[in-house]
Amino acid sequence: MITAPAPVKETKNYLNAQTGLKSWLLTGDHKRIAVMYLIVVTAFFALGGVFASLIRLELATPAGDLMESNQYNKVFTMHGVLMVFFFLIPSIPATLGNFLIPLMIGAKDLAFPKINLLSWYIYMLGGVFTLYVLLTGGVDTGWTFYTPFSTSYSNGYVVAAGLGIFINGFSAILTGLNFIVTIHRMRAPGLTWFRLPLFVWAHYATSAIMILGTPVVAVTLFLLVLERGLHIGFFDPAYGGDPVLFQHLFWFYSHPAVYIMILPSMGVISEVISTFSSKKPFGYTFIAFSSVAIAVFGFLVWGHHLFVAGQSIYAGLVFSILSYVVAIPSAIKVFNWAATMYKGRVRLETPMLYALGFIGLFTVGGLTGIFLSSLGMDVHLTDTYFVVAHFHYVMVGGALLGYLAGLHFWWPKIFGRMYSQVWSKVSAALVFVGFNLTFFPQFLLGYMGMPRRYHVYPPEFQVFNVLSSAGASVLALGLILPAIYLTWSLKHGAIASANPWGATGLEWQTSSPPISENFEVTPVVTTEAYDYSTVPQEVVHVG
Amino acid sequence: MASQVVPHEEVVTLKHHFANDEQQLDASTIGMWVFLVTEIMFFGGLFLAYFAYRQAYPAAFASASNKTNLWLGAANTTVLICSSLTMAMAVHSASLGKRTLLVLFLILTLILGGVFLGVKAYEYHDKWVHHEVPGAHFDCEGCDDAGHAPLFFSLYFGMTGLHATHMLVGFVILSIIIVQASRGKFTAKWYTPVEMFGLYWHFVDIVWIFLFPLLYLIDRSHTGLK
Amino acid sequence: MSDHNEQHHIVPIRVYIAVFLTLIAMTWVTAYVSTVDLGRLNIFVALSIAIFKASLVILFFMHVKYGTKLTKMIVLAGLYWLLLLLFIAMADLWTRGWMGVPGR
Repeated sequence: MITAPAPVKETKNYLNAQTGLKSWLLTGDHKRIAVMYLIVVTAFFALGGVFASLIRLELATPAGDLMESNQYNKVFTMHGVLMVFFFLIPSIPATLGNFLIPLMIGAKDLAFPKINLLSWYIYMLGGVFTLYVLLTGGVDTGWTFYTPFSTSYSNGYVVAAGLGIFINGFSAILTGLNFIVTIHRMRAPGLTWFRLPLFVWAHYATSAIMILGTPVVAVTLFLLVLERGLHIGFFDPAYGGDPVLFQHLFWFYSHPAVYIMILPSMGVISEVISTFSSKKPFGYTFIAFSSVAIAVFGFLVWGHHLFVAGQSIYAGLVFSILSYVVAIPSAIKVFNWAATMYKGRVRLETPMLYALGFIGLFTVGGLTGIFLSSLGMDVHLTDTYFVVAHFHYVMVGGALLGYLAGLHFWWPKIFGRMYSQVWSKVSAALVFVGFNLTFFPQFLLGYMGMPRRYHVYPPEFQVFNVLSSAGASVLALGLILPAIYLTWSLKHGAIASANPWGATGLEWQTSSPPISENFEVTPVVTTEAYDYSTVPQEVVHVG
Repeated sequence: MASQVVPHEEVVTLKHHFANDEQQLDASTIGMWVFLVTEIMFFGGLFLAYFAYRQAYPAAFASASNKTNLWLGAANTTVLICSSLTMAMAVHSASLGKRTLLVLFLILTLILGGVFLGVKAYEYHDKWVHHEVPGAHFDCEGCDDAGHAPLFFSLYFGMTGLHATHMLVGFVILSIIIVQASRGKFTAKWYTPVEMFGLYWHFVDIVWIFLFPLLYLIDRSHTGLK
Repeated sequence: MSDHNEQHHIVPIRVYIAVFLTLIAMTWVTAYVSTVDLGRLNIFVALSIAIFKASLVILFFMHVKYGTKLTKMIVLAGLYWLLLLLFIAMADLWTRGWMGVPGR
């Protein structure tokens, strides 16, 4: 399944310390587990991407000429399930977070290495269930599994899909648990909370959401499975239940889950912006606390998904106001990033290009979120392409671009090789252009009234849909490129130095790739984070 | 920095990535409590469903709740509290390094847990015989608002079933710990698994402390203690 | 390493026994009170007793009273989030009937 890349140096590192498949599958090393996550997460992303392509292909014409309604339902459901639960949620925490948190805090490993490995196997088990659903005929409920459709009327494999996500949830819970304990108890001597990199703060907030939210969706899906499998009534009005209760329980997790996806990205962006401006982040404490604020406020707004579901209008008003509040910590971050770059020595390396893309697209995604959180506006826009465009701006423009920025930023650290600077910049440009071309027209489509989740639409919507599908192909190209040049770099890339970007942070003080124990000697921290005076200013880039 | 501690036995209890015993124990304790928080939220979803439907259909819940056996419920609560005491005593014995007492208290905990599950199984059987299990055979004699009475039993089985599942998991882990304890794996210096399992067991007890009044004790004033 | 045992606060056995007896007594009190018609107060009494019992278990059997600040914070965070879930969702159900549904 995986073979270690050719030895980078003569010296031992975590990649060549042991060899053989078994040494990977039974490893306790957080760095190896992160690489294993990277591989499977990428595979699920590719699979989710295939479904996305099918959707865009079908929507290129107004008629339903590629698939039937039922097939289309299954395609967009699988796209959502794979992307949300198997890519976006684990993407940054389980790969970059897993790899970097112990390094950033000067620890030898996460607090519970065996639980870390267990979380990978649980993720795989959840994946197996989902692939089983995929191969046996799919599920057609949408990724939200709303009752009573999912429990009484759907003819898809709801039980298996529900169990797959139920199981997958525990891998996120275990990852979050491990991070919280590690950040509390494994910091190097002298590394106080306010000397932590912002990436660690972001992951602490993310972990809190994983811990507090995921169990609720787990029990919700458990009840769903009971209702569908054993006809024990919980939500279906036919059994006396209340379907809106399902939506409450579902969104209590699934709205904060949006912040599970975006907060780690914001952590990445804070690191990247600071490094490539060679400046301490403006308003460090504000950025740090805004992560915590987003995690806390994120739990108070879930009802904005229920505005037209039959929720009480009074609850709707309160949820609407609270939803505006989340914009404040998000805006604090954006302003602070901009201020960090101001008068900084900005270098437009690939990670920085992705980070700048992130800021622009996330801002658009965030601002259109304000439209949707206003109660009256939302009645008009609910379940239209406006919503689809909004959350893709946040999820793809935000979470995915942050993931790509982080992957490009720490790739030299993870594998000890540099990738092609030219091709990576081409890819960043293609992703940015392709993404906007894909999703901006969808705002207009949604505003004009095109509903989501239909594969046949009136001909007057075709122009924008064709633009969107064309953009999707550009985006796909932009995403296939990294898969090629990054893989190529594993064997042929120039050898990376310990600190190729001139960054601060403990992870850059050990070798690239790090040794199995992370550091030769446990580091002692004596300075604030982001002290660029300690970094040599003449940084030479290789590759 | 990293000092290796080798206790009197040859077992090395300090894992390589921790600096010292204190850090390791702290990590386990925090980790266990964080896990229990996830458990709180896990049961929380069911509690929300319970409160939502109880306030929507009070008559159905009251009459359906009266179908449960108050005496068995109260007795089982007592059994579970006893098992919490023996568990606390087991941890206490472990901290003093008293191996025989530790094993004794752990076995007592296991027995009491078994009694609880036995009574629960009897109650489930009783519900089955009286057609009080939601589904095609449901027929709650004398229930008000019969259309919504199944919801109470859905929640009854969902909540007590999930609780019993936790007891069963605890049963398995406890059996392993008993074997380890009798082999002398734990010392006054290191008995983290006993301590962590104790936290889990008490948590399961707490869930039942809430389930008992919520499921057995709704509107008993008309039927009295029977 | 020498300070290892200081992390384990040894609770005297009489504390355990006192807590245990209170828990048993409260169990039968709550069972008895449920048979007295207090109207809507019944559920509040039942829940108050349950919260009291749970607090005893958490503080003494689970040693939170003798634990670190962090442990206390984690416990409180868990309870706080549980209340968020219960109260915010119930707020919808409590107010849903205040305004009629158009067309019904």
